[in-house]
Amino acid sequence: MPDLLIELFSEEIPARMQARAAEDLKRLVTDGLVEAGLTYAGAGAFATPRRLALTVQGLSAESPTTREERKGPRADAPDQAIEGFCRSTGLTRDWLELREVGKAKVYFAIITRPGRKAPEIVAEVLEAAIRNFPWPKSMRWGSGSLRWVRPLHSILCILTDEAGAEVVPLEVDGIRAGNTTQGHRFMVPGAIPIGSFDDYQAKLKRAHVVLDPAERADMIWAEATNMAFAQGLEVVEDRGLLAEVAGLVEWPVVLMGSIGEDFLGLPPEVLQTSMKEHQKFFSVRNPKTGRIEKFVTVANRATIDNGATILKGNQKVLSARLSDARFFWENDLREAKAGMGAWLEGLKAVTFHNKLGSQYSRIERIAALARDIAPLVGADADLAEQAARVAKADLRSEMVGEFPELQGIMGGYYARAAGMPDAVADACAAHYSPLGPSDAVPSDPVSVAVALADKLDTLTGFWAIEEKPTGSKDPFALRRAALGVIRLLLSNQVRASLVPVLVDPVRRNRAAMAEAGAFPGDEVPDLSNDRVEKECALVLAADLMTFFHDRLKVFLRDQGIRHDVIDACLAMPGNDDLTLLVKRAEALAAFLKTEDGVNLLQGFKRANNILTQAEEKDGVEYSFGPEPKLAEGAEETALFKALDRAEAAILPAMKAEDFAAAMAAMAALRKPIDAFFEAVQVNSENQIIRRNRLNLLHRIRAICGGVADLTKVEG
Amino acid sequence: MTQAPTTPRSFQEIILRLQTYWASKGCAVLQPYDMEVGAGTFHPATTLRALGDRPWAAAYVQPSRRPTDGRYGENPNRLQHYYQYQVLIKPSPPDLQDLYLGSLRAIGIDDSLHDIRFVEDDWESPTLGAWGLGWEVWCDGMEVSQFTYFQQVGGHDCRPVSGELTYGLERLAMYVLGVDHVMDMPFNDPGAPIALTYGDVFRQTEQEYSRWNFDVADTETLFQHFKDAEAECERILASEAEDKAGRRIIMAHPAYDQCIKASHLFNLLDARGVISVTERQAYIGRVRALAKKCADAFVQTEAGGASA
Repeated sequence: MPDLLIELFSEEIPARMQARAAEDLKRLVTDGLVEAGLTYAGAGAFATPRRLALTVQGLSAESPTTREERKGPRADAPDQAIEGFCRSTGLTRDWLELREVGKAKVYFAIITRPGRKAPEIVAEVLEAAIRNFPWPKSMRWGSGSLRWVRPLHSILCILTDEAGAEVVPLEVDGIRAGNTTQGHRFMVPGAIPIGSFDDYQAKLKRAHVVLDPAERADMIWAEATNMAFAQGLEVVEDRGLLAEVAGLVEWPVVLMGSIGEDFLGLPPEVLQTSMKEHQKFFSVRNPKTGRIEKFVTVANRATIDNGATILKGNQKVLSARLSDARFFWENDLREAKAGMGAWLEGLKAVTFHNKLGSQYSRIERIAALARDIAPLVGADADLAEQAARVAKADLRSEMVGEFPELQGIMGGYYARAAGMPDAVADACAAHYSPLGPSDAVPSDPVSVAVALADKLDTLTGFWAIEEKPTGSKDPFALRRAALGVIRLLLSNQVRASLVPVLVDPVRRNRAAMAEAGAFPGDEVPDLSNDRVEKECALVLAADLMTFFHDRLKVFLRDQGIRHDVIDACLAMPGNDDLTLLVKRAEALAAFLKTEDGVNLLQGFKRANNILTQAEEKDGVEYSFGPEPKLAEGAEETALFKALDRAEAAILPAMKAEDFAAAMAAMAALRKPIDAFFEAVQVNSENQIIRRNRLNLLHRIRAICGGVADLTKVEG
Repeated sequence: MTQAPTTPRSFQEIILRLQTYWASKGCAVLQPYDMEVGAGTFHPATTLRALGDRPWAAAYVQPSRRPTDGRYGENPNRLQHYYQYQVLIKPSPPDLQDLYLGSLRAIGIDDSLHDIRFVEDDWESPTLGAWGLGWEVWCDGMEVSQFTYFQQVGGHDCRPVSGELTYGLERLAMYVLGVDHVMDMPFNDPGAPIALTYGDVFRQTEQEYSRWNFDVADTETLFQHFKDAEAECERILASEAEDKAGRRIIMAHPAYDQCIKASHLFNLLDARGVISVTERQAYIGRVRALAKKCADAFVQTEAGGASA
């Protein structure tokens, strides 16, 4: 059972592609080997900046011989058919066998495929893998036509067994496979012969190459945290950066340096972003003050001066970068203290969307909306409007020009510098939140108002210009905006009907469209026609509501609430109050997890089915109140009483929006309903009794239906 | 390989060493193109010569202008006029990375003490309809060069592929010479009888051009020049392939000059802040259209690989 070792050695592979490429190499090669009839015991793939490597252990030395029988045409079939069969099997006619099948003579082909040696198969499979490699971006070089992520220099491909290592004969576009690799570009240049995977890994390490990216990442993290700890500091964790840095080095050497005193006054977010984006430095924080005081950089080599030159160079680059940042910061602070007027004025020239006008006019809309929303979320309307007016001013700041990801965060600093109240500054910083699903949701009322206004304006605007997400396309991140609204409403328990809130922003966005000339030619509506515009806005708002409901379903499904449970609640009035809707859905989901809930659902469905069938058959609705006097027997009487009791409990509970109490009251109906169906035949011969019982069933439907539309619940 | 490189003493010594180094590696050492360009790539020795199948190896300094980067000579690193060193070799040789590292050694960067890295950076020039894959080269965390394998220029696939190296000379030299402000950098030898700094040579011009670029350049005139250059480029390319004596002369280079002009005029207009975000794309598209037509014309010529 030989072991296979492959190394594809190239010029530097982009860090972000390495992990995926190693996996792709493993998949393409092992799939190919298996498809060709070989088996293997295990495989592992690795990547460094200059190589992809694959080890396959316990590979079978050859594929088994296979024999296949194929039935062909009858002996008396036309020549053409027989020749066709020969062609398809690759045999000549004398190799075909004639056999009796029933009364006819039929040709059979016996195709034997002899087993093939592993080297032959490996060569074929590897060449195909190289030629069809799924790089996200690939290139040609020199005069060749082969594509690889960067020029491919050499292929190591050996099979190793007890007898030793054997190079697999293989040549791809002039690159002949061999048994040598290269060590570290600068520290140990030159070819290194390799005999096996263990040999490979060991010799690479001696040649200052750590093959396993996970090992490199561990080395970096351990060393960085140790260095920081020794000085009473901590490294700011950043897994993405760690993986990237591990992909930029073959021999990681961790160096820690200081940030010049002059720069320590910059906001920590600025330091962190500048160091990460430009130089791939880790930030090192003083846990006592929260300040970022040092950095960690990872070099790709050891030097006789222990990295002193490298660190000095990095520090110098950092100083230049941070000088830029400080220059931006100081200019920005001047502008902020002057009231940000020039920035806001500048936003008039910045297009938000060519059909919706400038960022400036968008801010006007958001400010108006934030004002409207403020009372719904318990915020001061003046503060909400003030915050909305300056929240996007930082888009014109130099710092955000340089680091767009700092939008909002810088706005917070600048609003504070302008002497605005804390609530306003906090709202500027938080108004884009929540972005990702794990992002914190703002809770300060002014922040909530502005964050909602920002997202609702975006959504109503894009709805107005009919730029809704389709399939996987969502270029304006509207799904994320809708989810943001949902999370803001729910986590702050905001109680509001959304549809009426959406009307004004839709109308404002339609006005913006008119101003931007976005209505085609003769279709410019008369925006002053209040009745028509309001109606039009309501239609769009209702459509947008459906979108919110769809996003809410996805959101709740992730929280373990089934879609049919949500549907049952969506069918109820007031479903544009998402907080109420979710409260109801949560109560219903919990109820349906109890035994009473499951059984009541069955009883309800039975009642509903009988009633529906009867109503369809008779063409009437049995919604007259049933007459208790007509009840026969204890079970029917008991049901009357139980319904009275339930109704008396449910109505006030619903009024108080105490869904749990309403469900509990509903649960009390389970036994009487079961007992009723056990003892009583609804479709009695006596029409008066029958009608009365159907009317009784209607009460079940009405009482339960006041809590949720249980007909939508499955099971 | 590692004979200790000596440290150069001036900006010009770094340029001279690069010239000598690349000459020794077989490049034709060309002179700067005599027009205003945004980067060394615009030199026809790169843009046009990257097209077609004729081998090519050239190295040159190219003064480059980026009007929006002007800072009146005050910023330690930013200039509206600066120098690029450009190398283009077609087909890209297999040892291009090693050749490049050799050039760093030649200017005094000792790679046993420094950390040199090839960090992914794909290059794209929307105005030239060109793109390639490669890296920015880092020395101790600082970008010292751009290294690109051209895949397409002017909308044409590059076959064979050219390898392009671009050094930002001021930044590289400041690093090698240990200077913090570009204007303080020795231009000639500091021991020369008349020692000149970069500031002595360029501070005043940086101020003058910054003012002109940002505040004074007449935008009406620039818009008109842009239209004129565009029209002239189209007119040249629309000419008959045969001249009045019946010689077949396709005028790819004169047309390309107009394309370069249009590109620089666009940069000036951009610095004047009179091109809106939406118009920007349209202007870039217009320059790209010219570049593509010039590339189409060049591949019809002998230098562009067309068989006579």
